[in-house]
Amino acid sequence: MRNIKRKTGMAAAMLGISALVLTACGAAPEATPSGSASGSAPAGASDFTGCIVSDSGGFDDRSFNQSSYEGLMAAKKDLGINVKQAESKAATDFAPNLNAMVKGGCNLTVTVGFLLSDDTKKAAAANPDKHFAIVDDNAIDAKNVKPIIYDTAQAAFLAGYLAAGMTETGKVATYGGMNIPTVSIFMDGYADGVAYYNEKKSKDVKVLGWDVAKQSGTFTGDFDNQGKGKNTTVTFANEGADVIMPVAGPVGLGTMDAVKELNASGKNVKVIWVDADGFESLASGNQFVLSSVVKEMGQSVEDVVRSDVEGKFDSTPYVGTLENGGVALAPFHDFDSKVSDELKGELDALEADIISGAVKVESPSSPKTK
Amino acid sequence: MSNTADMPPAEHSQTPVIPPVAPTSQHHDEPEKSLITKIMTGNGLVSVLAIFLSLVVGAILIAFTDERVTSTASYFFSRPADMLTAIWDSVSEAYIALFQSSIINTSAASFSDAIYPLTETLTIATPLIFAGLGVALAFRVGLFNIGAQGQIILGATLAGWVGFTLDLPVGIHLIVAVLAGIIGGAIWGGIAGFLKARRGAHEVIVTIMLNYIAVYLLLYMLSTPAFQRPGSNNPLSEPVAESAAYPLMFGDSFRLHWGFVLALGAVAFTWWLLNRSTTGFEMRAVGANPVAAKTAGINVGRAYLLSMVIAGALAGLAGTAQILGTERSLSGGIAASFGFDAITVALLGRSNPIGTLFAGLLFGALRAGGVGMQANTGIPIDIVLVVQSFIVLFIAAPPLVRSIFRIGTSKPKNKKTATKAATGGAA
Repeated sequence: MRNIKRKTGMAAAMLGISALVLTACGAAPEATPSGSASGSAPAGASDFTGCIVSDSGGFDDRSFNQSSYEGLMAAKKDLGINVKQAESKAATDFAPNLNAMVKGGCNLTVTVGFLLSDDTKKAAAANPDKHFAIVDDNAIDAKNVKPIIYDTAQAAFLAGYLAAGMTETGKVATYGGMNIPTVSIFMDGYADGVAYYNEKKSKDVKVLGWDVAKQSGTFTGDFDNQGKGKNTTVTFANEGADVIMPVAGPVGLGTMDAVKELNASGKNVKVIWVDADGFESLASGNQFVLSSVVKEMGQSVEDVVRSDVEGKFDSTPYVGTLENGGVALAPFHDFDSKVSDELKGELDALEADIISGAVKVESPSSPKTK
Repeated sequence: MSNTADMPPAEHSQTPVIPPVAPTSQHHDEPEKSLITKIMTGNGLVSVLAIFLSLVVGAILIAFTDERVTSTASYFFSRPADMLTAIWDSVSEAYIALFQSSIINTSAASFSDAIYPLTETLTIATPLIFAGLGVALAFRVGLFNIGAQGQIILGATLAGWVGFTLDLPVGIHLIVAVLAGIIGGAIWGGIAGFLKARRGAHEVIVTIMLNYIAVYLLLYMLSTPAFQRPGSNNPLSEPVAESAAYPLMFGDSFRLHWGFVLALGAVAFTWWLLNRSTTGFEMRAVGANPVAAKTAGINVGRAYLLSMVIAGALAGLAGTAQILGTERSLSGGIAASFGFDAITVALLGRSNPIGTLFAGLLFGALRAGGVGMQANTGIPIDIVLVVQSFIVLFIAAPPLVRSIFRIGTSKPKNKKTATKAATGGAA
């Protein structure tokens, strides 16, 4: 939090000086410093330092960096551990940041994203007594590295089924920021979920923006440009799609803009948000969020930290699934009354079938269990 | 940007007759040159003052975003000492951390830990020096080379491909990979130089566009199995073979590699080229006044092409420092922001190879120190970027301000604004 506060503060700092002067007349507090409060922390937690290194997205990316960071901050609050964070501006910062963390006495360092894989592996090999966890990457096989990965396709499959059940035009759409596995796994699950619905119901709902067989589709090319997200969404809507799932971090906000305008002009277009529950996290337009494909990154990072504090660290990958709640389909919120009980029942049954393995959800990007 | 900048190529390319536009160009070239010359070759004191002022601005930002300072500020008038102490603490902590993470760690337990920060500084400075030289060389010929970023990417892509695909004996592999990097950068720079020399296409526009092409070309390559790791569809290449990597200078615990020594060699080469060779003399003459140079029988187009090829080759070497030195595998962010930082480095180094060396070292130190500052005091590394940007601003501002002032006193010339825009883009 401190980091984020600083950032906003930095922008306002110069303007704020005058305000500071005006408010500078208050009374001085007592000189005794108050002790640090750390509730029911396990023994040794205050000696434990948990650290995090972002990839070039930074901790304010509204995506996996931010969620993982919030997980670590939650661990700080709940367990009373010390934390350190290092934001990477580019790939060149990864190794220096990791080294700074290791030298800074971190017991557990969380690295975010497959781009940090090589550097994490190197740092782990050079420091066998330190623990590492890496989010969204399963390429490292080392005793002191715990991969944290998600079988997102399972939850996206449910979202696809839901979208197919809710569409009035017979067309649903999705697009991504970049064609990388952590993005395309959403799109695979979504498209497969629609296909499964078609098979069960003998319907012909079309998916725009993603072709599972070819592994190609519509991408905005980055995770920044909301304008492209808006254009893409309008194009999809013009082609007749009425449920759209953007898998592009902040670019998805462009979809929200477009959907607000489309609904104002009489179209009925809904959104399926990703990563977090969009109904809760979006500032506006949440009445158009049908549901969300949730990836509980903050929770899993906190869990990994907690188990390390308790001395129970292991290197078995944590795989978020529907079964363990690491991935989930969010509640329907405003749409709760519009989703038929029949469809809800089918979704519940489908979720049970995926958990039991009766329905297999597979994507080329699914985590491979070793 | 403006007609001014476009003019030299159009006039001087291959037309043997003195063009009718000559008087206008005389008009225009003079002031523009003096502006560029001032920014590029202003005196050393300006650079030092700019660095100092930027650190002061950085200190102010650090102080007023620190929680201790803001909390003590509310009762400043009843007990001012609290706030002053807080300011001193936050700023001194930050800059001590910056120093200890970039030069020498005075609180380190062992000698190797103590000098580790210095080797980090040299490591990060290596690509900055290479790319800075490329930008500086083009500046001296009167070209705003904004394309170092793309040239680094191309260099890194080719060098990386050689590094992880070919299987060559130790020694030869490294040489071939480095040559591939040089060629990659030289081609990318050469395209801009060629278009400038033959068609008068403005190098700023062309190099910026080539940057985009390079980024998306790299991302496309990384989406093909030929570049991806077997069994993975992540946009990340295999690491280059050990035989293609720059050997480490001080063993495994330091990242410093022999690419740094190569960078020192590049500084010497560029210095020799500019100051001791006929080609360099011609280049400087073109940079000083393309019209006069042409009249004196210098082939202006050739100077543009050659300087951009060499500038690209130097930036390509920066790419090899990345891929064969520190990063080892190709990803979308292989060039970081070094291509743009290089412009700042060249500005701060006053387009002089030796100056560029020191500017590169300073920026390496700021980057290395910023990492430690962030890790140890929680101050975001953005502060370092702000300091870097202010350095450019302070260096560029005095001549800009003066030239803007002169617009008021003498005849209005639209060109000034254009040049300013170009410089602004560079910063």
